[in-house]
Order: sequence, then C-alpha cells, then structure tokens
Amino acid sequence: MPEIFIAFSYKDVLYLLQAALVTIALCAMAFSCGLVVALAIGLMRTARRVRVLRFVAAAYVEVFRGTPLLMQIFIAYFGLSIIGLQLPKFVAVSIPLILFTGAFMGEIVRAGIEAIPRGQWEAGWSLGMSYGQVMRWVVVPTAVRIMIPPSVGFLVQLVKGTSLAYVVGYVELTRAGYIVSQATYATMLVFTLVGLIYFGINYPLSLASQRLEARLKRHA
Amino acid sequence: MTYTFHWQVPLQNLSLFLWGALSTLQMSAVAVLLGLVIAVFCALGRLSKRRFLRLPAVAYVEVIRNTPFIVQLFYVYFGLVAVGINLDAYTVAILTLTINCGAYCTEIIRAGIQSIHRGQSEAGLSLGMTYLQVFRYVILMPTLRVVWPPLASQFIATMLGSSVVSQISAEELTYAGMLLESRTFRTFEIFFFIAIIYFVMAQAFSILFSLTGRRVFRRAWGQL
Repeated sequence: MPEIFIAFSYKDVLYLLQAALVTIALCAMAFSCGLVVALAIGLMRTARRVRVLRFVAAAYVEVFRGTPLLMQIFIAYFGLSIIGLQLPKFVAVSIPLILFTGAFMGEIVRAGIEAIPRGQWEAGWSLGMSYGQVMRWVVVPTAVRIMIPPSVGFLVQLVKGTSLAYVVGYVELTRAGYIVSQATYATMLVFTLVGLIYFGINYPLSLASQRLEARLKRHA
Repeated sequence: MTYTFHWQVPLQNLSLFLWGALSTLQMSAVAVLLGLVIAVFCALGRLSKRRFLRLPAVAYVEVIRNTPFIVQLFYVYFGLVAVGINLDAYTVAILTLTINCGAYCTEIIRAGIQSIHRGQSEAGLSLGMTYLQVFRYVILMPTLRVVWPPLASQFIATMLGSSVVSQISAEELTYAGMLLESRTFRTFEIFFFIAIIYFVMAQAFSILFSLTGRRVFRRAWGQL
C-alpha cells in the first residue's frame, strides 16, 4: 500500500468517539431550542379562536414534514450565507435541525394538549381560571406525561437526522467516519463502528420510549 | 443583502427535474413494494413463538431503525465493493432503500396482524362463512385498512428520505439538482426549487393515498 494510507489504529476510534460527542451536542442543541419552537407551534395549532395562528402553524408543520431534511439543511446552510450571516458551522447546521425538531415536536405537543378532554377546560373556566391558569394547572401536568414517550422516540429520529449534516461538510460522526475510512481504507471496519456508535446511542432511547409508552398505557 | 437571485436557472431546466422526480418516484415505489415483501416475512418472524425465527427479525428491525440511513447506504455501497461485487449506484440505492423500508414496514404489518383478534375469525366461521370468506372479509380487508395509512406515510417518508442517495451519485431528483449546481453554482435557487417539487409530490401522494383508501375500504368500514 502507498505511504499516504495510514493504518487504522486506536486513535481513529478515539476520533470517532469525539465525533460522536459532536453528534450528541448537535442533538442537544437542536432538541432544546427546537422544544421552544415546538411549544409555540403546539399552542398555535390548538388556538381555538384565532384561525390565522392555526393556519400558520399547520403550514409550518406541513412544510417541514413534507420536504427532505437534506433539502432543509442545504437551503438553510446556503440561505444563511446569502442573507449575509457568517455563522459558526455548528450554529448554521443547528438551525435547520432546530426548525425540523420544532415541526415534529410541535405535533407531539399538539397531540398532548388535544388529549385533554374539553370538559377539563370548561371545568377550569367555570372556576374562573384564565387560559394561562387552566394550561398551567390542569392541562400541562397531564399533557406532559402523554408527550414524554413520543418525545423520546423523536430523539432517535433526531440523532439519525444529525447524520445529514454530513452533506455540508460538518464533521459529526458520519463525516468523521467517512474521513477515517478514506484515510485508512478500513471502510467496513469504520462504518461498522460508526453504525455501532449510533446504535449505542439510539437503542437505549428506543427501549425507553417503548417502556414509557407501555407504562402510560397501564396507568391510563 | 447584495445577492441577485437567478430563478431562471432551475426554471430553464425543468426537464432535468422532471426526469429526476420520475426517477425518485420509481426508486421509492420499487423500494416500498420490495420492502413490503420482506416486511410480511419479518412480521411473521417477529410474531413467531420460535426463537430462531423471532430473534433475527427483531435484530434486523432494531438495527435498521436505530442507525441513520446514510450510514446504511455507505455500508452497503462500500461493503459490496469490499466483497468484490460491483453494482451501479442506482441499484445500491434501491437495495439499501428496500432494506431500510423493510424494517419500518415490518412494524406496520406486525401492528396490522395484531389488530385482528383471534375470536373474530372464529366468529366468522361459526356464522357459516367459508374459509375464503373469512379470510377476505374478516382478516384481509380489516388488516389492509389498518396498515393503509401508515404504509402511505411510509411511502412518503421513503420518497423524502431517498434524497440521501444522491450522496453516492445515484441518479434521482436531488442528484439532478447537484448536477445542475456543479454547472451553474446557483445552489440556493436550485435546492429551493427542488424542495418545492418534493413538497408538491408529498402533498399529492398524501391526498391520493387517503382518497384511494377511503374508496377501497368504504365497504370494510360499513361492515364494522
């Protein structure tokens, strides 16, 4: 083999693990910020009186669920530079992931709020509580419990989604795997490792989501 | 903002995008249909009492559902080369999409099978229905009715997810965009345009599937 190839060593494994931390950081950023977007979307979609809000939120969800995440990343990434924003790569890649999370989690928030029977709202109002008070003391405590299992399930989707940051050259786990495989030619070994790391992150989340859902069903 | 948009770039290359969109649809349709075949066997495996049938099916579903599609794609693409099989990117793309889709469809089919209670077919038989009638009216139609909406979403998810196969230069809609981009450097306009095409296709198929479902399963609904 020519000299430019480096033999695969434990250092590459460390590099991949480091990249896995980047993936997790990206995921944490997208999830925490996306949750704020999702709350807004969920509240807008369940606004009974204001039709415009419902429409805007529904359109937002449809657009982000009806286009490939890959396109969203491309458009946001190149769009940001067109409007003259020079952002660090981490932030530029986070933005489409945040918006993507907002759409999917927004639906989970909506489902959670809508699962609360109308009668509970009316009971709250008849006690003289405001929209905010009913939300805070009646709806949220129950809705959150309903929202947790699908949210954990969505995390799996998000971790997989961060792998698409690969396409704009951001070095997360998948890109790191690609780099190592090109440098060492240990392609199968590298992608097996990359797959195992993703599986190691996602499988516990999948299991947790299933367990939480089963528990919720038992209590309901 | 000093950027001038050049929307004529995507608009002048509509035939390229049409070709890409058809290719994407063809790819997704083949993947979903083949994936369904895998899914039926795997769903039966997952529900089997025999461990040696259940475990491989469970492992397959869990591994595929918990790893990103792009990693699966690279794995198959480079893996086949490593074992000495040379397939073109398009075939590899369909193969990986099928494997991926199979795992998701397995869960859908399993849920469909589990939704039919055992007592229902016994009830049908005791009403004097023949085995064929029981199969058609009590098992097949209600199962299809249960799996239809999630299968429709799965088709759309596969169609949107298939944009990733452009990364191994398999020829479809996103790849068509990348081709044009490499010649014109109008990245934003091209990908914005392509996103619109995907969106329209997703909406159209979503409506199409729900209308078809309503029409085909109207009788099954009436009977329940």
